[in-house]
Amino acid sequence: MSDAAIETQGLVREFKKGPRAVDGIDLRVEPGEVYGFLGPNGAGKSTTVHMLTTLLPPTAGRAWVAGHDVVEDGAAVRATIGAALQDAALDPFLTAREHLRLQTALHGMTGAEARERSGQLLERVGLVNAADRRVGGYSGGMRRRLDLALALVHRPRILFLDEPTTGLDVQSRSALWEEVQRLAADRGVTVFLTTQYLEEADVLADRVGIIDRGHIVAEGTPEALKDEIGRPSVEAIPQDPEDLGRMRDVLSRFGEPVAGSPKGVAVRLAGGDAELAEVVRALDAESIEIQELQLHAPTLDDVFLAKTGRSLEGEAAAPEPAAA
Amino acid sequence: MSRGSFTSVARGLAWRNIHNWFTNPTLIVPSLLFPLFFFTAFAGGLSRVDSIPGFDYEANYTTWIYGFVLLQAATFGGVFTGFSVARDFESGFARRLMLGATNRGGIVAGYWLSALVRSATTITVVTIVALIAGLQVTGGGIDLIGLYVLAFLLNTVAMLFGTGVAMRLRTMQAGPLIQTPAFLLLFLAPVWLPYDLLTGWVQAAAAVNPLTLVLDTERGFLVGDPTKVLPAFLVVLLLIAVTVLWSRGGLRSAERAA
Amino acid sequence: MRHVLLLAQRSVVRTLRQPAMVFPSVFFPLLLLSINSSGLDSATRLPGFPTHSYFQFAIAIPFIQGALFSAMSAGTNVANDIETGFLNRLSLTPLRRVALMLGQLTGILALGLIQAATFLVVGIVFGDGLAAGPGGVPVLILLSLTISLAFGCIGAYVALRTGNGEAVQGVFPLFFAALFLSSMSLPRDLIETDWYRIVATYNPVSYMLEGIRSLFISGWDGEALALGFACAGGVAAIAIAAASMALRTRMVRT
Repeated sequence: MSDAAIETQGLVREFKKGPRAVDGIDLRVEPGEVYGFLGPNGAGKSTTVHMLTTLLPPTAGRAWVAGHDVVEDGAAVRATIGAALQDAALDPFLTAREHLRLQTALHGMTGAEARERSGQLLERVGLVNAADRRVGGYSGGMRRRLDLALALVHRPRILFLDEPTTGLDVQSRSALWEEVQRLAADRGVTVFLTTQYLEEADVLADRVGIIDRGHIVAEGTPEALKDEIGRPSVEAIPQDPEDLGRMRDVLSRFGEPVAGSPKGVAVRLAGGDAELAEVVRALDAESIEIQELQLHAPTLDDVFLAKTGRSLEGEAAAPEPAAA
Repeated sequence: MSRGSFTSVARGLAWRNIHNWFTNPTLIVPSLLFPLFFFTAFAGGLSRVDSIPGFDYEANYTTWIYGFVLLQAATFGGVFTGFSVARDFESGFARRLMLGATNRGGIVAGYWLSALVRSATTITVVTIVALIAGLQVTGGGIDLIGLYVLAFLLNTVAMLFGTGVAMRLRTMQAGPLIQTPAFLLLFLAPVWLPYDLLTGWVQAAAAVNPLTLVLDTERGFLVGDPTKVLPAFLVVLLLIAVTVLWSRGGLRSAERAA
Repeated sequence: MRHVLLLAQRSVVRTLRQPAMVFPSVFFPLLLLSINSSGLDSATRLPGFPTHSYFQFAIAIPFIQGALFSAMSAGTNVANDIETGFLNRLSLTPLRRVALMLGQLTGILALGLIQAATFLVVGIVFGDGLAAGPGGVPVLILLSLTISLAFGCIGAYVALRTGNGEAVQGVFPLFFAALFLSSMSLPRDLIETDWYRIVATYNPVSYMLEGIRSLFISGWDGEALALGFACAGGVAAIAIAAASMALRTRMVRT
């Protein structure tokens, strides 16, 4: 029996007449950790979550959640987890309060305990005033908050959030991030969060696993992953577009070219950000006037690019196969 | 989308609608199935009623019912086109049409052309089945021309009505509002029995229903003895005039919203 | 049991909060009844027609039409649960499949009860009443609910099998055909067209209609009632079994 909150060994999910959506994943999430599972559309994130939450049996490999095998001990797994999946999964004809009443009752709470828990959660997610309105009239942010509240009804030790902020406005997204951080910090809840947003993984996750085409291609803390790529890049745009060629010649002495604005040149600095002054001096020596100069610290997208040769941002992969 | 003339807009839109209809089973199947169901159910299940004293019709009950189903197919061909218009508005495709067409009348014309083709297809299928089932047509060439022209004119009425509703509401919620009046108009007429054998409020409704006149004339064409031909055509042409204004008003409403 | 009641409550509340589903399922059958009974009343002059009032003959039809609406309503509700992911949410709770199934069925029965009560009242007020007398009322309601259950579970089965509401809508023509190719418009022995009469004879909907009709026209016709219950019950049993199996596949959990 595993002492990790979540552990997988060679987890595979193959669909009939389809691709291997998850192709041998090994991961381990410690109790109380916020683990970010980052990848483009179609990478296998939701399929992984469905297997870990017992909604989809693996084709091969094993997984344990809260020490219970997801295949052999599904009921025990479900008793310890909460999940807010990709769809908000709400009944538009019920109110928030009615949803909570149903959910508390399904988890065995009765009477005063259920009412108290419902009240607590409504307050926590800021839906007290809207509690008796039908969910069909809720905004996207309100639905997500209710979804989260429902996932927390039975005080799970492990919480699965599958792209919880997709489609939300900035304010709603920040509110949800705050709640996730509070859950992890105050209550020691383990959070397994899938996302396609770099910033979300960067801000929330203690550790990040980057998945692409069913494989984990990188894993570690956001800082460690970025340090692995190591070096910052500098991007310069000449005042006179005619100088672009000469600028490229100068900058190529400092490192290999990377993607940047079509009006300028970007290179990864072999010697780190200390070389920035040298870059400016070299351009000045060639009398190249600079319109704009920026130093970019490595991002998780740079990590993804380094590992896969593709950029995560603007990735237009095929949608994930249906999980059922 | 290039800004085209009335004809090119009409042709282009008609092609698109007809193509969608023929290649989309969820659209074509109900259009063909429902008239066939009604024909089969009524002609097959109720044929005994032609032996009720007072039921005087020169042909068999299959022919009697064919007259109704022909009008039903024509009417619902127009109604379903109204649904298409509503769907196009709801999906946003209609906005593209409104922006691209110099002469927006071409849009209505395009829907009209597609309604004609849909109805013609449905009517052809129903007619073939009816012939196999024993349809007795003793009318001549002129009668048949009259029969089908009247049916297609009614199709135009239904299409213009449906388009007017759809362009005003611009959502699929227009569906029941298009379908219900058409349904009532069709069924509050001598569908199964002649007018004189109807009873109660349905007879009273049939007395004032313009479709009663049209249906009688259609049944007359089938046996080569049409009555009240001129009034029937006048009524339908009047309905066309009214529904042209109705659909034009709908177009104006849609233009204001675009 | 508690879970069954919870899900049943949700199912009923949900149904009643959709007037766009409840109202047409009662209104349209009555409208059609009114049109048919006026439009075809002269058919009662046919030798062998069992009653002098076509209304009395046709009052059975709304009970079946109402059940068809139940099928669409049940199917659409289940499809919505699948499409929104609500079924997944329920899967993650200790809820048992049988409770979910029974809960869904309760919603179907609730709508069926509203329909049956309405059509019964209309039949008594505007027709010649129930020939079977007050004792026939519970039998009629029971038969009507069994029919609603049968069609409702077919709708739920289609939704569980396909996972989408469009497929449920696509089944409607089949129900439509089943109703029309029956003894809906004339008694079977007055149907002149041979193939039609044969289809109507093998169509279980004919016996459902005749069972209800017998309570209005002849009173206590044991054979008609037995066949009506047998057909409705048989279809219901098959549909419930099929829907349960489809739920097992749909609500996959390890």
